[in-house]
Amino acid sequence: MAFLEIKNLRKAYGANNVVENFDLAVQQGEFVSFLGPSGCGKTTTLRMVAGFETPTAGNILINGKDVTNLRPNQRNVGMVFQAYALFPNMTVEENVAFGLKVAKRPADEIKSRVAEMLALIKLPQMGARYPYQLSGGQQQRVALARALAIKPQVLLLDEPLSALDAKIRVSLREEIRHVQRSLGITTIYVTHDQEEALSMSDRIVVMSEGRMEQVGAPFEIYNYPRTRFVASFVGTLNILRGKVVDGATGRIEIDGQQISAAKAIPDAQPGQIRSVALRPEAVTLRNGAAGSANQMRGAIEEVHFLGAVVRIRVRFKEHAISLDTFNNPSAPPPPRGEPVTVQFGREDLLVLEAGESA
Amino acid sequence: MKQSRFGAWLAIAIGTVYFVLPLIATFEFSLRLRRGEYSFDAYAIVLGDPRFQESFLYSTIQAVATIIVGALLVVPTAYFIRLRLPRLRPIVEFITLLPLVIPAIVIVFGYLRLYNSSSWLPLTATTRTSDLLLTFSYVVLALPYMYRAVDTGLRAIDVRTLTEAAENLGAGWTTIMFKVIFPNVKVAILSGAFLTFAIVIGEFTMASLLDRPAFGPYLQLIGANRAYEPSALAIIAFIVTWACMGLINLFGRTPAMAKR
Repeated sequence: MAFLEIKNLRKAYGANNVVENFDLAVQQGEFVSFLGPSGCGKTTTLRMVAGFETPTAGNILINGKDVTNLRPNQRNVGMVFQAYALFPNMTVEENVAFGLKVAKRPADEIKSRVAEMLALIKLPQMGARYPYQLSGGQQQRVALARALAIKPQVLLLDEPLSALDAKIRVSLREEIRHVQRSLGITTIYVTHDQEEALSMSDRIVVMSEGRMEQVGAPFEIYNYPRTRFVASFVGTLNILRGKVVDGATGRIEIDGQQISAAKAIPDAQPGQIRSVALRPEAVTLRNGAAGSANQMRGAIEEVHFLGAVVRIRVRFKEHAISLDTFNNPSAPPPPRGEPVTVQFGREDLLVLEAGESA
Repeated sequence: MKQSRFGAWLAIAIGTVYFVLPLIATFEFSLRLRRGEYSFDAYAIVLGDPRFQESFLYSTIQAVATIIVGALLVVPTAYFIRLRLPRLRPIVEFITLLPLVIPAIVIVFGYLRLYNSSSWLPLTATTRTSDLLLTFSYVVLALPYMYRAVDTGLRAIDVRTLTEAAENLGAGWTTIMFKVIFPNVKVAILSGAFLTFAIVIGEFTMASLLDRPAFGPYLQLIGANRAYEPSALAIIAFIVTWACMGLINLFGRTPAMAKR
C-alpha cells in the first residue's frame, strides 16, 4: 500500500475545474515533484493535501487514513511555504520550537529537538536571531527545520526556492534533498523549474491545465515524453511537422527530406501531417565520418556562444532546428550561412501523439 | 525654485501661527493667577485638587479598559475580515466610520433608550454597569481609529501565510490569535491605543450624560466656575495628548520586523 494516496482528486471553482482526475500513489520516503507552468493546479493540489483547500471530489489518504476532511492542524504534515512564513515576532529557536510547544511536548524534549534541527540545517549558532536578521536562504532553511521538527508524516514544499537567487537555489536544493534522504520522509515538492524537478526527484508529475500529463522518473520524463506539452515543457525541444511517408516504418518527410523514427507512427496514413520532436543535444553536425541513420541538409542560420555550450541554429526550408555542442577551443563554430548536414539517430526522433498541433 | 520654497515656508509660518499662537496665549493666561507676576499657581491648584486626581484616574482606568475591549474586539474582527470575508471589508469600514458621523449626543441618547433602568438590559441601573456602558461607548467612539490602526498593521504582515503556517504546525485559532497575530500587530495596537487614550481623556458628552465622574465633565465644571485654572487644565490636556502622539511616533519607529 502506498504511504500517500491521492485518489481521483478534483477541485472546481464554480464551473472551472482547476484540478481534475488527479491520481497518485507515493511510496514511503519517496520524493515526488509536481512540475508545471503557473496556473496548472500544482499548488492547489498540494494545498489540498495540506488541508488548506477542500477537494470538490476525491480522497487523500496518508498511511491508510483518510485525511480528506481533516483540518490542517490535524494531519501532521509539515509544510514549507514559498514566502518562508517565519513568525517575525519569534527567534529562530522559537520558530522551530513552535509546533512542539503547541503539541505540549516536555521542555527538555523541545530543547534537544530544536538543537537537532538547527544542526541539521547547519545553523546551530543562529538560534537567538530574528527572521529579519537572516538571509533568504537562511530563512528558508529555518522554515524547513520548523516543518521537520514536529516529525511530520509527509513534507510538503511549495516552490520554496523561487524567491532566492540562482546560486543559493542550487546549493539549497541539494541540502533539501540530502535532508529528505537522511530522514526518509515522504515529500511532495511543487516547482515550475524543470532543473529543480529533474535533479531532486524520484518521480515527477508534469501538470498542465489542472491535469496530469505524465508521471515518471526524471530520465523517463525527459527522454520519453508522452505528449507534446511534456516534451516542450521539460527541456528544449525542436518540433518538426512533416508529411507521413510510411507510418509502419516511422518514415516522415520534412522540407523535402525524409527521416525515420525508431518506432512506427501510430494510426498514420501516408500524406497525413504529423509532429515529431528532437532534443538539441541529440543532433550533431556531420563531419565527414560515417553518419547516423538520419541526415538533413541545411545552412547555419545563427550561432550562440554560451561558454561551455555552443548553440547552433540550422535552417532547412520552412523548419529550423537548434543543436547544442560543447565548446571546442581548437574547432571554432562554423560561420553563418555555411551549408551543413545535421545528423541524429532514429531513436532520437520522438513521435508526438496524434492531435498535437504545432 | 526660490519662489516655490518661499510659498512653502509662508504656508508653514501661517499654519504655525494659527495653531501655536492660541496655545501661547492660553499658556500665558494660565500663568497670571498671581497678580503682577507669572506663576504656576493655577497648575498647583489644579494638580492639588482631589477632584482632578479622581477624575483623571477614573478616565485613565476607562481609557485602559476601552483599549483592552477595543483591541479584543477589533483585532479578531479585522483579522477574520482580511482572511475569510474580504468582501465585507467595505461594509465594516463604513460601520467603523459611523461614530465620526453620528454626534456623540445622539449615540448616548440611543444608549439611554436601550439600556435605561426600565429596559430589557438596565445598564444604567447601577454605578458599575454605568461604568461598563461608558466603556462600551468609548469603544464605539474610538472604533474608527483603532480599526484603521489595526488594519494597517495587518497589511504589513502576510496574515494568510502566517495563519496557514501556524495551523500547519498544529495551532488552533486561539493560539494563532494570541501567539502569532497579536504580537505582530502590537505596534499598530499601541498606535490605536494612544489615540484612544487621548480621545477618552478629553471626552465630555458621553461621560456627562451618563453621569460618570470622568475628566471631561471635570474640565467643563472648572471652565464654568474658574478663570485661570481652565487654561492650566487645557495646557495639561494638550501635554497629555502630545505625549500620546510622541509615544505613537516612538513606537512607530521601532525597527520593523520583516514581513517574511
